[in-house]
Amino acid sequence: MTNALDVSDLHVTIAGSHVLQGVSISVPVGGVTALLGRNGVGKTTTLRALLGLIPSTGAITVMGTDVHGWMTHRIVRLGVGYVPEDRDVFAGLTVEENLRLAEQTAEPRYDDVYSIFPELRDRSRQRAGTLSGGQQQMVSIARALLNGWPLLLVDEPSKGLAPRLVSELADALERVAQLATVLLVEQNLAVVKRLAQRIVVLDHGEVVHTGDASELDDPDLAKRFLGVTGVK
Amino acid sequence: MIVFLALTFSGIALGAIYFLAASGLSLIYGLMDILNFAHGLFMTLGAYAAWDVASHLPASWGTPLLFTIAVFASVVGGALSAGLTEVFIIRPLYGRPISQILVTIGLDLAVVGLLLGGFGSNSLSVPVPLWLIEASHLGGLNLPNSDFVALIAGVVVLVSLEWFLRKTRYGITIRAGVENRDMVSALGINVGRAFTLVFVIGGAMAGLAGLLYAVVFSGDLISPTQGDSLLIFAFIVVVIGGLGSIRGSAVAALAVGLVQDYTNFYLGSHPGMAEIGNLSVVLLLALVLEWRPRGLFGSTL
Repeated sequence: MTNALDVSDLHVTIAGSHVLQGVSISVPVGGVTALLGRNGVGKTTTLRALLGLIPSTGAITVMGTDVHGWMTHRIVRLGVGYVPEDRDVFAGLTVEENLRLAEQTAEPRYDDVYSIFPELRDRSRQRAGTLSGGQQQMVSIARALLNGWPLLLVDEPSKGLAPRLVSELADALERVAQLATVLLVEQNLAVVKRLAQRIVVLDHGEVVHTGDASELDDPDLAKRFLGVTGVK
Repeated sequence: MIVFLALTFSGIALGAIYFLAASGLSLIYGLMDILNFAHGLFMTLGAYAAWDVASHLPASWGTPLLFTIAVFASVVGGALSAGLTEVFIIRPLYGRPISQILVTIGLDLAVVGLLLGGFGSNSLSVPVPLWLIEASHLGGLNLPNSDFVALIAGVVVLVSLEWFLRKTRYGITIRAGVENRDMVSALGINVGRAFTLVFVIGGAMAGLAGLLYAVVFSGDLISPTQGDSLLIFAFIVVVIGGLGSIRGSAVAALAVGLVQDYTNFYLGSHPGMAEIGNLSVVLLLALVLEWRPRGLFGSTL
């Protein structure tokens, strides 16, 4: 079966610094694959390069189609939703306008969006810039979800959220993962262990480990690659 | 008091023209990070398109009809020159903002040079209806009719632009792009189309500004360099208003028009003070930037 995403030998150089040094990742269809690693190892860069937001060399195949070198909007329309780090909602636009802008299909799936995030319906006329961090994250995920796209790239959704919100977010992402294949960048290992089936660990711009999410129970692996001591 | 009111009115009319010239410049910068030095050229080309079309039509059609056609020609001429500039000159340099800025300067110099070669440096006269040169008496004031036309044009453009930016999908795309261009394309939207669109809209307004400036302030005469002198004030308006903000441009255009008009009248007649109007505008710019470095309306639409 064709993978949702295949990346091989991806290199990115930013301002003379060789940030990605031959990253290869395969994301099978269905479930959550977590992309892990310490700060600054190139996780966000990997997602941005996949979307053509920064120049790269290497091969990128989305659902069997070679998209390397494509313009970002064409890659996205192939069926890739993006939830960026720091959410990047359009602060001056209302919630409704943020969602409307994301509509790319004739029948946007507002039912899915509002069933997972009912709060967005009530806040549709509010400016996104005045929302709390958690609410902005809902808008950001909703935009990616609206078109029923098969692959979602989700970058550190729990960043900056209060612990109670992180568990609500994990609930929501669990439902999102039933609708699409997710490549998740996440620092919160509790969230990763709850959601992910597979893990890919990056270090210094290279993939240093690929395996099953249950391996995170191994404190040695967590310590070696992620710089954390075991998480229960 | 009568004089002050009359000055206020003509200052507002001047502001309306500055707004037409500046709002497109502001949108283009906000969305694409390009300081478009060819914007003055679009004003000039709008005015020349108006003159060219009007002077090739039979005079028997009468000046009211000819002038109406000339107004449309200025809008189309400005829009067309801006659209072609974006597609053929700006787009190949995508991702290289410095080159894009430099090429707009070169384009302006080259085409103004061609106009000087082709039409000469003498001013050309646009046919206008008689009532446009006359004035209306209103509450003891003598108000030039051309000022009314500029004012109405400014208000109509401001209202339509606000409507377009708030209610249409393209408008929302432009507002979102001014905030975060990358995220707009990451939603599957072809930002390049929005780029062309803001150039076309900005060019249309610039073309109209070019014609109206000739009608209101230079006795219906157009010249190849008129756009460049208007461009300087348009830049000042954009910076005072806040780059990328349409409302900011509107407020700043009014302020600049009024300050220029008042100081020219009250101080300009003193010896050595002939340039006080222009100087006061630059002072206003300095004061506003001292107080709000990002302009009156920051960087949101």
